[in-house]
Amino acid sequence: MNTASVSLGASVSSQSRFTQLVLSAFLGIFVIGVVGFSHIEAVHNAAHDYRHSMAFPCH
Amino acid sequence: MNLFRNVVFIAAIAGLVAGVVLACMQAFATVPLILKAEVYEQAGGGHQHEYAAAPAANATDTNAMSSAAPAPAEAAAPAEDEGWAPADGFERFAFSVLANIVTGIGFALVLVAVSEFAGGIGNWRQGVFWGLAGFAAFTLAPGLGLPPELPAMPAADLTERQIWWWATVAATAAGLGLIAFRKSLPLAILAVVLIVAPHIVGAPQPDSFETPIPEGLHHQFVVAVTVTNLVFWLVLGAVVGVVRGRFTGTATSLRDSFA
Repeated sequence: MNTASVSLGASVSSQSRFTQLVLSAFLGIFVIGVVGFSHIEAVHNAAHDYRHSMAFPCH
Repeated sequence: MNLFRNVVFIAAIAGLVAGVVLACMQAFATVPLILKAEVYEQAGGGHQHEYAAAPAANATDTNAMSSAAPAPAEAAAPAEDEGWAPADGFERFAFSVLANIVTGIGFALVLVAVSEFAGGIGNWRQGVFWGLAGFAAFTLAPGLGLPPELPAMPAADLTERQIWWWATVAATAAGLGLIAFRKSLPLAILAVVLIVAPHIVGAPQPDSFETPIPEGLHHQFVVAVTVTNLVFWLVLGAVVGVVRGRFTGTATSLRDSFA
């Protein structure tokens, strides 16, 4: 895993880098949460087959 | 916010590609099994929610009320309004594809963000290993306690299962990260503890495992889900590696250069 020494946004300050990466991760978790884990009936029905196929807790 | 923009850009491409691949695989591997299971579900008295108490099935005489099904009356809730749902056929398929792509991007965001902390995914081969880790954390570990379920299968409370699912994902990911990136024996031991702990706590289980779904159909579904997810994660990781590598390869100052 050492070959990838070039990092995205290496010039950004380390604190800002941390914030932006954490922000992206949370955005991803939020998106998964809405589509795959929302209790709203319409959202559940729309992605029903997907939820089952991903083994997300369903019903 | 250049870094953020670049992460989103890479995740969007990788999620799109891997999501489309997964949707195609699902159309052939998992959705037909779900549709088969829905035939059993309908025979067993419609769409059952929460404690999908299969024994309450009215069609089958074999599991009569005598089989310790506690208060089946409240589970019945006849003609329950389930809200809007896409029409069967193309509309349903289209929404599945959409869900695949959108969550594919979500998974890719998590993957890219986490891997950047560890130096980033440099090429497709590293991406494959990151994909394996994602598969282990998001599919394998939660799937041990909560196997993929078909419609009409009994399950414990939804919120409890969702909490267990996320906790297992987080613990497994943290454990794998410790093993991969910390060269210390105590931390490796801690990693194993983290990975094992959710399964000692145990996933929320239903009161009864009785279901109209045949064992064979369920087993087929578990295999199909696991394999399709494995391919999804491998593709996702590899595409992230390729896309990211393309930009680090062509631009010396990546953070200012694209998107």
